[in-house]
Amino acid sequence: MFAFILRRIYQSVLVLFCVSLVVFAILYLSGDPIQMLLPADASQEQIDEMRRHLGLDEPFWAQYLSFLRNALQGDMGRSFTFNQPAVKLILERAPATLELAVSAMILAILLGIPAGLFAAVKPKSWLTQIIMSGSLFGISLPVFWMGIMLIMVFSVFLGWLPSSGRGQTASFGGIQLGFLTWDGCKHLLMPAFTLAIHQVAMIVRLVRAGMMEVMLQDYIKFLRAKGLSERRVVLVHALKNIMIPVVTIIGLQTGYTIAFAIVTESIFAWPGMGKLVIDAIHSLDRPVILAYLLVVALMFVFINFMVDLTYSFLDPRIRLK
Amino acid sequence: MNWHALRESWSEFRESPAGLCGLFLTTLLFLAALLAPLLSPLNPYDLEQLFLENSLKVPSLLDNWAYESFMLGSDGQGRCMYSAILYGLRISLYVGVASTLLSALIGTLAGLWAGYQGGRTDTLIMRLADIQLSFPAILIALVIMSLWGQGVGKIIIAISAVNWVFYARTARASTLSEKEKDYVDAAISIGVSAPAIMLSEVLPNIMAPIIVIGTVRIANAILLEATLSFLGLGVPVTEPSLGALVNEGYRVLFSGQWWVSVFPGLALMLVVLGINQLGDRLRDILNPRLKR
Repeated sequence: MFAFILRRIYQSVLVLFCVSLVVFAILYLSGDPIQMLLPADASQEQIDEMRRHLGLDEPFWAQYLSFLRNALQGDMGRSFTFNQPAVKLILERAPATLELAVSAMILAILLGIPAGLFAAVKPKSWLTQIIMSGSLFGISLPVFWMGIMLIMVFSVFLGWLPSSGRGQTASFGGIQLGFLTWDGCKHLLMPAFTLAIHQVAMIVRLVRAGMMEVMLQDYIKFLRAKGLSERRVVLVHALKNIMIPVVTIIGLQTGYTIAFAIVTESIFAWPGMGKLVIDAIHSLDRPVILAYLLVVALMFVFINFMVDLTYSFLDPRIRLK
Repeated sequence: MNWHALRESWSEFRESPAGLCGLFLTTLLFLAALLAPLLSPLNPYDLEQLFLENSLKVPSLLDNWAYESFMLGSDGQGRCMYSAILYGLRISLYVGVASTLLSALIGTLAGLWAGYQGGRTDTLIMRLADIQLSFPAILIALVIMSLWGQGVGKIIIAISAVNWVFYARTARASTLSEKEKDYVDAAISIGVSAPAIMLSEVLPNIMAPIIVIGTVRIANAILLEATLSFLGLGVPVTEPSLGALVNEGYRVLFSGQWWVSVFPGLALMLVVLGINQLGDRLRDILNPRLKR
């Protein structure tokens, strides 16, 4: 087990190294930030001075190494627009995004797994027809349009739910969380639902396909012959055997919801890091983009690592490979 | 595939109402996009046809059921929404199809090469694919577009850079099983060069799964383009795709002009739904593993 964890950590570090190199190379090739930092009428001496000062006259590798050295100390430069450390800006907004992404995933799991199980166990039911066409709609819906439609109906026409912001938050262990207050919950509902739609559809399809395969296996027939109740066969014995693909998808999709929160956050003006990075992209605030990418990459690597650990816990055969 | 097999597949395809519905929707919307200049009452790109007094008109279909300009209302610049949607559909489908063709080309060749050569080439290409797959497509495309700026050609390349992985994996897996077969050994023994074997012997035999993946991925490519354009990082404002039109509609939503965002989004959903239904059905028919 220990060797397995060590090997996975080594792989994660390698991936992070590759990501930092690629991101830095793209930024390096994408042009000179000097033009944005200095006024247009700056003299050539001023430009050269600034370039020397920022270390931009050094070769690619030297620049990358100093970037890496700073990044390892949590320093990725200051935001051009906010004049604050970029990492600090991102980390300040991370709880809002994580709250949104986690709520969306919980919603997706609560809706998706029971719906998928039902569709697999009772394939002829009218409810199954609805669930399956619903999931096809779910993967075909443009997420941003869905969000706008919700705003149109519930905020503009009915006036029931607020369309932007996070509302009132309460402090929990020093972190501001919205779902602890009623107002925060009302603000969270539409963005989380919008973000969850795609995931519900994916989970339904996966659970159904997995269950249908498992239910044909001999051990299920044996359990039935033994006289176990259908509920126990499905919920205990069959469900256990589709957990590996389900856990993988849930893990991977949590990463995707964090990234996709960019879209949801810009529709609902949710003050998370996705909204921050979209604004940073439009104002060419390079340190913030860079810090966002590396922080998000770190999150993905961590999530993938956790998924692998869960695997080896669920299925000991994987550990041995 | 010969004529007889084609007819047999068609009669199997016909059995599913969802598949037929998908085929119908897809054909209808592709035709609408192709014939946009003939179908649209006004040309949304012609600045001489834009008048400010026409801006934000309520859809005329609400009280008069007739095929005319402004039947789906107009946007803030006085553009007929119906015409704008037809032209937007054209751009969305163009980007979807072009990026699918490009990524299928790159991905298939990379997968074929990796699978056939094996060894270091294989490890390098597939490791790259693995690392890329551990990051969401939207993030990668977003980074490319944000550093590169808007443009139809650029977004096609950005989406292809994201999607090649899926074709590469499929092509590699099929190549690995094909390369053990006798016809490859035969070609090697008469001295055919490796690139020639890959392209003229192996490639035709791995096309079926590639085509299936392609149908499913077109829908994804269209959605990805729409999302990026919605965020203002896709097509330029002068050539709005459906996603860009929704973005425009979002800005006037709070003043009650719902039609500017509702109709383009509806068109987008229908086209993606149609292609998804069609793709699902094709996968069921062409995938021999599901036939038992």
